[in-house]
Amino acid sequence: MNAANIPLDHLMLLSCMIFVIGLAGVMMRRNVLYILMSLEIVLNAVCLAFVSAGAHWGKADGQIMFMLILSLAAAEVSVGLGLILQIHRKHGTLDVDRLKELQG
Amino acid sequence: MLNAIACVTLLPLFGFFVLTLLRPPERVAAWIGCGTVAAAAAILFTITIGFLQNPPAEGHAVVHYGTWVGIGSFQPGFSAWVDMLTLTMLCIITGVGFLIHVYSAGYMVRDEGFARYFSYLNLFIAAMTVLVMADNLLLLFMGWEGVGLCSYLLIGFWYRDPANGAAARKAFIVTRVGDTAMIIGFFMLYLQFSTIDIAEILRRSHEAIYFNQSLYTVVALLLLGGAVGKSAQLPLQTWLPDAMAGPTPVSALIHAATMVTAGVYLIARTHPLFMQAPLAQHAVGWVGLLTLLIAGASALVQVDIKRILAYSTISQIGYMFLGLGVGAWSASIFHLMTHAFFKALLFLSAGTVIFCLHHKQDITEMGGLRKLMPLTFASFVIGCGSLASLPLITSGFYSKDEILIGAWNSGEMAFFWGGVVGALITAVYSFRLVFVVFFGAPKTHPDHAPTLNMQVPLVLLGILSVMGGAIHLRLDGVLPIGSHEVSTGGHGMISALLIVLPLVGVALAWWLYRRGITWTKTTGAPAAMLFFRRGWAFDALYDAVLVHPWVWLATVNRSDVVDSGYTAVARLTQWLYQQASITQTGSVRWYAGVMIFGFTLILSAAVFL
Repeated sequence: MNAANIPLDHLMLLSCMIFVIGLAGVMMRRNVLYILMSLEIVLNAVCLAFVSAGAHWGKADGQIMFMLILSLAAAEVSVGLGLILQIHRKHGTLDVDRLKELQG
Repeated sequence: MLNAIACVTLLPLFGFFVLTLLRPPERVAAWIGCGTVAAAAAILFTITIGFLQNPPAEGHAVVHYGTWVGIGSFQPGFSAWVDMLTLTMLCIITGVGFLIHVYSAGYMVRDEGFARYFSYLNLFIAAMTVLVMADNLLLLFMGWEGVGLCSYLLIGFWYRDPANGAAARKAFIVTRVGDTAMIIGFFMLYLQFSTIDIAEILRRSHEAIYFNQSLYTVVALLLLGGAVGKSAQLPLQTWLPDAMAGPTPVSALIHAATMVTAGVYLIARTHPLFMQAPLAQHAVGWVGLLTLLIAGASALVQVDIKRILAYSTISQIGYMFLGLGVGAWSASIFHLMTHAFFKALLFLSAGTVIFCLHHKQDITEMGGLRKLMPLTFASFVIGCGSLASLPLITSGFYSKDEILIGAWNSGEMAFFWGGVVGALITAVYSFRLVFVVFFGAPKTHPDHAPTLNMQVPLVLLGILSVMGGAIHLRLDGVLPIGSHEVSTGGHGMISALLIVLPLVGVALAWWLYRRGITWTKTTGAPAAMLFFRRGWAFDALYDAVLVHPWVWLATVNRSDVVDSGYTAVARLTQWLYQQASITQTGSVRWYAGVMIFGFTLILSAAVFL
């Protein structure tokens, strides 16, 4: 089955659903690690939207955006995991509701 | 020879610098202090004799030494205006000044500030000579402020007592009120005439194109304000009794003989302005009349020997103002001169009493000093006799006589009868002082005698006080013919009255003294007496009306009322910041939620609106 046969609306709907799932994860999970993972889902949802739009119009721009987001996500994960490691060492917990030192 | 007149200022000024910079020991300081003034006086007397023998054609001369400031047409110079009025004033300043310098060398002996004292005294002589010699308003103002400064420094000479410092500040601030009025008057003169040359202003004030009645009235009243402040007249008379905190020779020189008469000199010098403004001249007369009566009544009931003399000085300057007010110009200057002699004599005699009685000034602790201090007694009686204007043998009689005849001729009978009542009061209070201090049983014994350099000035001033009436001032070219010189008849009666009046006053004082009525009680005295003693409660009035509201304002403003607007802005910003900082919770999930909410809001707005 050819990808081009799938209507764009379905792809966009799927992409939105994944985005909302990721977003809900960011807002609802308390573990920093899971928040980071939810962020990855959000990014992937966006990637899916780009790729499907590119395929629909027969342009390469969507794939190029996907490459960019992929490298950004890789960098983000490496920095994010490093930070999470440090947070765990310093505070002994990854619960964001307990990591509230920075407040007015 | 006339060119040497600058030495009269420069020599004392030189003495001031030497004494200030080197602070020499007592004997050297006394020689420098007296020597510079003596040299100035000698040069001045030579110049005066030369001037009298062959006077310049116009009756005056201007000696120009250089330009002080040069801005376009504004060219005030260091130049001396020399006429008989200037020379008369200079002779009084340097002559009496020299005698008081010599006296001070004895009076101030073993005072730790001896050199400082003489440096101030020399600076005073220099400033006072600048004041009377100035040919432009700027130079006159410099001299005017210079003598004010010296007065301040010398009243507060014994600065370790806070009361003396307060008296000095009071004198400085109260006279500053008058000076402010005076300098506004100067500015108005400059605006009108575009020059600050005094002679030029006075000459042009006669010209029709500059004639402006209301302007002259305002300017003359402003100048009167300055004169009133400096000469301690109503309503700025309150500083002079407190100024007695200074050393007694200072009171003799500055607060009796010379500086306080600067107001009289100013009005006499600018008399054409006052003649253009009859209203202002009338005001001068009324100021003088009220002051002489108020101060005379206060002098009757004082118990401090120096305060009695201070009030009598205010009262006598009141006579000079009265003379100026009725147009008896030269009579006022004549009274200024005789007053300088006999009041300096009185202050120096009082100084001798104070010196020999260990700085006691309360007359209730004195008495019977007639036999113990015969020379002081003699000089005191001469001074008081002259003050009371005992007929024929005292100088005060001739000068006061002229003023009162001028008042009679002016037609304003209030001036004449007020002056007559004042003369009676003067006679009573001066001889009350003599009787209380020198008669009766001795209460305090003098423990040391006055030194020779204190006695000689007393003798010389005593001679001047007796003979001063014979001096004929040649002021006719400078001042207009006075109202006392015009004959209107009826003078026989007035002369008889003025001869009898002081004798009645002395008799009354003696009668009161024999009856034990000396008005010296401090407790249980009648309210009116205490009211007079407090100088008609002018101090209390000014405290209530001016000082206390001002202090209240200052206290209120201690926390900077004007700044409250700016601090309110700062407070508001701080409050807003506090409100905003509540939202910084530190909760990442909260931030994410708000971000998404906001993003959704903006996006929906963009899509649906």
